Amino acid sequence: MVGFFCTYSPEEIFYAFDILPVRILGSHEIQDVTEPHLFAMFCPFCRDVLAQGLKGKYDYLDGITIGQSCLHLRQAYTSWDIHKNPGWSHYLVMPNHVQSPRAVPFLVAEYELLIKSLEELTGKQITDSDLRKGIELMNRVRRVMKDIYEFRKQDNPPITGLEAMYMCCSQFFTDAREWLPVAEEAKKELETRKLDRDPGLRLMLVGSENDDIEFIQMVETLGERESVGATVVIEEHCTTTRYFWDEVDESFDDPLLAIADRYVSRTPCPSKDWPQRSRLQRILKFAKDFNVDGAIVIQQKFCDPHELDIPFIRKSLEDNGIPTYFLEFDVTTAVGPFSIRVEAFLETLEAEDDLF
Amino acid sequence: MSKYPSEPLKCWNKAKELRNKFYKNFSDAKDKGGIRWMGSAWAFDAVPAGLGEDVWCITGEPYGATCAFNRPVSAKFLEAAENFGFARDLCSYMRNYWGSILTNQYALGGEFPRADFAWSQHICCSHAKWYQNACELEGGNVPLFAVDVGAGACPPFEPEMYEHRVRYVADQLLDGIEWMQKVTGREYNDELFFEAAWNDIRSTNKWANICLLNMAVPAPLDEKSIYSFYVFGTLQKSNPEFADLYDELYDEVKDRVDRGIAAVANEQARVMTDTQPPWGFLKIYRYLESWGAVSIGSLYTFGLEGMWLYDEEKNDLRPRPIPAKRPETREEACMMLADWHLSKPEYQHFYHPDYKTKMMDAIAKNWKCDGIILHYNRGCEGLSMGIAENRLGLLERGNKVMTYEGNMGDEHEFDEQATINRIDIFMESMGLKRPAG
Repeated sequence: MVGFFCTYSPEEIFYAFDILPVRILGSHEIQDVTEPHLFAMFCPFCRDVLAQGLKGKYDYLDGITIGQSCLHLRQAYTSWDIHKNPGWSHYLVMPNHVQSPRAVPFLVAEYELLIKSLEELTGKQITDSDLRKGIELMNRVRRVMKDIYEFRKQDNPPITGLEAMYMCCSQFFTDAREWLPVAEEAKKELETRKLDRDPGLRLMLVGSENDDIEFIQMVETLGERESVGATVVIEEHCTTTRYFWDEVDESFDDPLLAIADRYVSRTPCPSKDWPQRSRLQRILKFAKDFNVDGAIVIQQKFCDPHELDIPFIRKSLEDNGIPTYFLEFDVTTAVGPFSIRVEAFLETLEAEDDLF
Repeated sequence: MSKYPSEPLKCWNKAKELRNKFYKNFSDAKDKGGIRWMGSAWAFDAVPAGLGEDVWCITGEPYGATCAFNRPVSAKFLEAAENFGFARDLCSYMRNYWGSILTNQYALGGEFPRADFAWSQHICCSHAKWYQNACELEGGNVPLFAVDVGAGACPPFEPEMYEHRVRYVADQLLDGIEWMQKVTGREYNDELFFEAAWNDIRSTNKWANICLLNMAVPAPLDEKSIYSFYVFGTLQKSNPEFADLYDELYDEVKDRVDRGIAAVANEQARVMTDTQPPWGFLKIYRYLESWGAVSIGSLYTFGLEGMWLYDEEKNDLRPRPIPAKRPETREEACMMLADWHLSKPEYQHFYHPDYKTKMMDAIAKNWKCDGIILHYNRGCEGLSMGIAENRLGLLERGNKVMTYEGNMGDEHEFDEQATINRIDIFMESMGLKRPAG
């Protein structure tokens, strides 16, 4: 089992080696072990992730890897590598200039280095056929998630945002081969499922890494306590759509090239989204397709890549008639204070033009 | 009583004039029908040189530092950036730069000169995004090209300098040349490019050789003075006048070493630092000197632009030798520049803090440092990356380490008195005596 720190790790290749890739996430608990290792100006998520390693919560791993992404998470990886290296580690140099035609050939060469390193770890050699199996498996995972997300377009979605987040996160910690039948079954169930709740306003979440179950639960149960309620119908996070929305093109002759092409052309982390801000189009399309009433722009405290985009994302959403609300998050702080703010935002969405 | 003879640097005024000329050239470029570009201090500035001899640039980091040095102006710029919606914890150079655009005020006087295009590189999360946003703030029609240099570490931290990594960067440079011709409508002059590429290599090699001279006891240069000279590499390392200045400076520093001229006449102890200083508070370096401590430099000042090779067996850093011959084709020049810059010491910690710890330890040992002062710099996530692990690694290697928290470009995040108190304790722990008065 190999732990990965960011969604730029090609799970297809790990599955080709019959290795189980496990995404490392935080525990949302107040942690007290990272201070000597990570300067406080780096995001709480990367600190929370590192804390898991330092506290031995992932001691079952045989290795760790990262696909080069933001500087924050890289530090969680490198500190883990220094202090808790399970015996194998690999830094995958994922290109940042993903809009350049030079990125795919570069990434193929980096994948070859990764494969060489995995051969040393496993003592195995893989074939194109193994890679195709990995691609097929991960594409099936992506497809079923997208199919399930289709249900969220309904006026009264049969799946809540909370459940959707559980679905996405469960995949990170489960063997995809075991996860798929359960997800397929859930998909079937959704065809007839009716939820006995008022969906309220339709919200989109946009921003940094977010697996904050407690926050989503708070938003979606506001209607039970207050005069306004809401359902999260879509998110643009690296725990959800940025992770699974784009498939590997299975028509490529060279499977490694196909995988590289997918990771280069997927909806990028903002740290790689230049010179064009391509994420914007995906966000606006989501807003339209999922018929959202408003968007909450969520930022992990100190998350520079998102901070660099936020003023422009907000402007673009507002220019397109989608009210936005900005929340700075800290994965380890309580959700309570956010409740009042989200409620106030929802009230503004419901407000009539007249004050009286 | 002074322990060593000391004297001011002779080329100080020339350096000052060249720096002023650089910023004036950028603001006056349009009067001469020239082209302006903006970009990172790590941009391959030799490449736009092929567009002609009337091409001028501004590099964001030294410009941000210049803003920060003038605290009232900086406060205005930072406020403008925050009012626009940018987070306060973003790179403070970047916020000063954007604030300068938003207030339409050039820190060196007059209105902010708009660039014709942006030409940057990208290794920290902010580099390309800085200019993506600057282009939008300048009206949205300024084109941007950024070269990704996050292509992996160099030997000995990797088994080899993989050809595909050098090729990746070189190919982007080649694409950049085509792009530049398109956005400026100018024909590219390869001869000018080759000359500029060679000046880049010359100046970054010579800077490393200058810093090497600071191994001498007494140190011929103190870090506050080093800041005034290293900046030329960040302004435009391919500028022939800057490369010539470094030749001149080398001769002068060499002469100081031969004659035993000290930067700090009372040198009793040597320290090294890390990352950018809080630019509005450089007086802390003079305070160190009052204790008899000279800051001999840092991996930051030595290796931000200077080119070195790290020898793991000897735990030593030596200037990277200049290539055997000048480039003769466009592709050769791009490959040469890519290969040269991928070995930049200050790129290596982006992949692992251990790489930086090793190089810092090599400086500490070979430049005979008694202590290391780390600036936990809230203003720069790129160069503060891994700094906490650097601290642990340096302690483990037997170094004395002090840290202080601050911000290179935002005075709100620097506590002067608390820093002075820390310095006092650190100096005492090194066996120095508190200065009289």
